[in-house]
Amino acid sequence: MARTRSPLSLAQRDTLLALGMVMPAILYITLLLGIPIILAVVYSLNDVTTGGTAMRYIGLENFTALLDTPDFMRAIGNTFNITLSTLVGVLVLGTIQAELLMRPVRGKWLIRFLILLPWTAPASLSAIAWLWMLDSTFSPIDWMLRGMGLLGHPGALFGDFDNTFWLGRSGLALFSIILVNIWRLLPLGTVIILAGLNGVPRDIVEQAQIDGAGYFRRLFQVILPMLIPVFGVTILFTFVFVFTDIATVFILTRGGPANATQVLPTLAFFTGVQGGSLGRGAATALFLLPVLAAVSILTLSLIRRREI
Amino acid sequence: MTNEPTMQAEPARARHPARRGGLYLATALFVVFSALPFYVMLITTFKTQADIFTPTANPFWFSGPPTLDNLRLLFEQTLFVQWLWNTLLVGVAVVAITLVLAVPAAYGLARIAGGWGETLGIGIFLSYLVPPTLLFIPFSKVIAFLGLQNSLWALVVAYPTFTVPFCTWLLMGFFKGIPRDIEEQAMIDGHDRWSAFLHVVLPLALPGLMTVVVFAFTLSSSEFIYALAFVTHSADKTISIAVPTELIRGDVYHWGPLLAGALIASIPIAVLYTFFIDQLVAGLTAVARD
Repeated sequence: MARTRSPLSLAQRDTLLALGMVMPAILYITLLLGIPIILAVVYSLNDVTTGGTAMRYIGLENFTALLDTPDFMRAIGNTFNITLSTLVGVLVLGTIQAELLMRPVRGKWLIRFLILLPWTAPASLSAIAWLWMLDSTFSPIDWMLRGMGLLGHPGALFGDFDNTFWLGRSGLALFSIILVNIWRLLPLGTVIILAGLNGVPRDIVEQAQIDGAGYFRRLFQVILPMLIPVFGVTILFTFVFVFTDIATVFILTRGGPANATQVLPTLAFFTGVQGGSLGRGAATALFLLPVLAAVSILTLSLIRRREI
Repeated sequence: MTNEPTMQAEPARARHPARRGGLYLATALFVVFSALPFYVMLITTFKTQADIFTPTANPFWFSGPPTLDNLRLLFEQTLFVQWLWNTLLVGVAVVAITLVLAVPAAYGLARIAGGWGETLGIGIFLSYLVPPTLLFIPFSKVIAFLGLQNSLWALVVAYPTFTVPFCTWLLMGFFKGIPRDIEEQAMIDGHDRWSAFLHVVLPLALPGLMTVVVFAFTLSSSEFIYALAFVTHSADKTISIAVPTELIRGDVYHWGPLLAGALIASIPIAVLYTFFIDQLVAGLTAVARD
């Protein structure tokens, strides 16, 4: 073709074309993620409120003030407690569920749809189902417990009231939040681990079997070590999604009773948006960043280095 | 790499009847754990007020005749249809923006760019991990600066910040799966690179494009925190915040319409999502593989 006779070489034109194709996306992301990130840092270093127009530089005062607040320290503790408990639950139950789904059963598509529902349905909508399941008067779980004689008479395992008050007592409320988070993230963990199980070369497992390794030996010494990258991926996404989630706590408890289930994301919302203290709210949310960065970099470098 | 079946059957090992029974029992337990809240929503949707508000009535079945009252209330006396419509509008606009930005970016990174394509790809993937929770406070100021507060456009502008990184990453995998020879042949046949991309590569990447459409849509219709922070007018809300904030007023819970609304909005999104979950998993696990 005559028009290819340009002063640029083919490689140079390819580079230009690649840049032209990639730049719009990069620009959009950098502008709309970059500006808020910078603003978040600026706000956290200033005294700034929704109504006020002027910002006043106060250095690290927002952060030091937060560290002196018992509610904030409690929110940090809750955030880690909820995230790590969910992580353990998802890894253990997800491995079991994935092992089960490897076997042939009838009606697999329906089972698959039902098992995936907690993850595929929007979190803020399925949380409403749990609001009903854990209601202080009408809880279907309490109804079952009463039917089984575990609730509602003197000496019953779950107490002698007619209801458990799942979301009304601090320890139980925290447990409920963890339960709902495990419920919601379990499908994601399961399908990721399942993809890993399907990727394990069958001849290696069969060779181990021929060499006399029993089921548990094969599981722990052959299959699980090969699944380490997949567990890394599960940890990464479960961590990020639970650590930064706001919908579950916001809808189920609003952080109550008496801040017993308050987490950093909800605290940031109540301080920054409803309370109008933008600076304090931004500082609260910024506490998430170092942890997220550390966890992402650690797991990513771990799982990418292990690959042969 | 992109189409591995994640629920593949293994040769029947559990042939023993007792083992088989155990397998079914364990699977049933997991299914009940996952689906029970949705089942309760379904039953409650068709229960009468009196049935719902009797603590001794069986919550898992009808104690009186089923009714359509909750649905009538939801569709006729709330803005439910408006909220569904808003969600659809935002979803379609976000899908369009995502396709325009992510498709060329993914192709450029997967094919044309050399070594720095891979690095930039990981960078883009990392930006997907920057959570909206971190940004919604300053982002609401940016939205106010753009004059978009209390408008669906605020969400249309904000959502591509997570759909574009995620979809670019997914599509890079798809483009890498298409053999280079095909477009080289097209270029020998007289296409330049751009037209080879448009006429040869894109049609082959159709399953990838479908995946992107579905995920840009489901991610934006499930999003909660930006919608909660940016939109406060009832009529401008999307479904994921409208149901929990508009149908619960103070301490008054209209359980019937509330659970009906949550269920009706969840199911189409869940069905769409389920069809494409294998592509999602392939994309997520690719960080460990490439």
